[in-house]
Amino acid sequence: MPNQLTISELSAKLANREVSAREATQACLDQIARVDGQIKAFISHDAADALAQADAADKALAAGEKKPLLGVPVAVKDVLAVKGQPLNCASKILGNFVSPYDATVVEKLKAAGAIVFGRLNMDEFAMGSSTENSAFGTTRNPWDTSRIPGGSSGGSAAAVAAQECVASLGSDTGGSIRQPAALCGCVGLKPTYGRVSRYGLVAFASSLDQIGPFTKNVRDAATMLGVLSGVDPRDSTSVPQPVPDYTKALTGDVRGLKIGLPKEYMIGGLDAEVKAAVDVAVKKYAELGAEIVEISLPHTDYAVATYYIIATAEASANLARFDGIRYCQRVDGADPIELYCKTRGAGFGPEVKRRIILGTYVLSSGYYDAYYLRAQKVRTLIRNDFLKAFETVDAIVTPTTPTAAFKAGEKSGDPLQMYLSDIFTISCNLGGICGMSLPCGFTANPKLPIGLQLLGKPFGEAMLLRVAHAYEQATSWHQETAPLRRWSSGRERKLD
Amino acid sequence: MASVEIDVKYVAHLARLALTPDEEKQLGAQLGNILGYIEKLRELDVSKVEPTAHAVPMVNVTRVDEVRPSLPHEAALRNAPKQSGGLFVVPKIVE
Repeated sequence: MPNQLTISELSAKLANREVSAREATQACLDQIARVDGQIKAFISHDAADALAQADAADKALAAGEKKPLLGVPVAVKDVLAVKGQPLNCASKILGNFVSPYDATVVEKLKAAGAIVFGRLNMDEFAMGSSTENSAFGTTRNPWDTSRIPGGSSGGSAAAVAAQECVASLGSDTGGSIRQPAALCGCVGLKPTYGRVSRYGLVAFASSLDQIGPFTKNVRDAATMLGVLSGVDPRDSTSVPQPVPDYTKALTGDVRGLKIGLPKEYMIGGLDAEVKAAVDVAVKKYAELGAEIVEISLPHTDYAVATYYIIATAEASANLARFDGIRYCQRVDGADPIELYCKTRGAGFGPEVKRRIILGTYVLSSGYYDAYYLRAQKVRTLIRNDFLKAFETVDAIVTPTTPTAAFKAGEKSGDPLQMYLSDIFTISCNLGGICGMSLPCGFTANPKLPIGLQLLGKPFGEAMLLRVAHAYEQATSWHQETAPLRRWSSGRERKLD
Repeated sequence: MASVEIDVKYVAHLARLALTPDEEKQLGAQLGNILGYIEKLRELDVSKVEPTAHAVPMVNVTRVDEVRPSLPHEAALRNAPKQSGGLFVVPKIVE
């Protein structure tokens, strides 16, 4: 079935008219009908609109048009604006909001010929690591539906792993692409801050947020990144750096490259099976001819604390716009202040409230220097750690997460424990560098994916993809499919 | 790990966020814990460190000052909770 293909496989079949865009799109819609009752990756999807886009793509294909994603179904996280489609950020507060315009990345996907469809579930306003903070219910991990898919882009990862779309978009503020990619066994890429325009992305923490792709393999990630990247006059933080053809970087060769192994990432709390899988991956790099260098990122231990000051402070300011005036489900009050308080009190979920309060507190009079300013200074130290390391190494390798997917409900009662599950991914955002996660093995029982995180220099995505691709070509983890996929071949079985 | 006291009611007012008494109590305990964890940043001497506001420092990002198409009026009002005569309707602000 075409929904099981990678972008490059599907593109080849579309180009020689072996498969139509309509068939590919219908296959995704059928898969959603078959499995999404269990996975709940999608909040909603507009099948008629998706098929209309597919028909347009088929016309273009018939006319011989060539575009990098022509006819490829790509689903998007419910934090990105798609003109005429709902946008909720998995929150109650936005009510029946319909986007009046396309996000730049959505414009770019459409211009590249993609069929952009669906609203993928997430933690409310991208705040969380499990998708349990969604007002639309928890997404389930396709490898084990008693477990979470990770978050906040849990729907984006689960939909790719469950083959409900060929690729998807998510956003990453502290690991929200890489962590769910790791837990669901797909490839997730967080570009360098400024690589991809954020116009049309609902802002969480503006100095950290980036949009990036979820794909089934590294080549597809390279194709997607090439489409998404570039400066945008509508996002003043996007950087005018040339966009290379990232697929040209995929040489399969890492001989002579230096790969750094930070000693601070081998901490207590790192699961033995995860550690073992990462150790084997590092050995594989050595076999492939890379030089493994132990490095030190001495301020790693301060990243989570730094992040939860900076991210919540920025969120408290960004989320002020959800006040019930220009949009949102308004709850009336006697005066504007009461209206704001009631609207926000009724509309936001518990984690969003927690972060708004924390962010407001660290910015409030008398605390700014002690918290926010201090955190920004520690951020400098964390960034300098990376820049110093990249003077000697070409890439850094770490586990993406300390454990494989945890059970739904396991950490939802203890916010601090949930925050600490992002310990390996957060520094990358603070440092403004690029990072990705790719499959590097499985736990034994139950069989759950393990993710390998690669970190690269600012705007060093080509090197990052090259290093990831070489490993992927030498292993077969990315070819393993979630047990759900057996459904599509007709051998259906109960999930729970 | 020391717990930090936080006046949730006051901060919630600053954030324009109505909380139930239960939420106030729960948030107070949880945030005390989180702030206790955050205290570890005090271990570092940052007296000679410059703050990082953005990872990619860019200054004076400007664009050409020219008239361009913008959102049509109806589209801008499309999601308004209340509207009248092409305007957003809000509670009375001045007597």
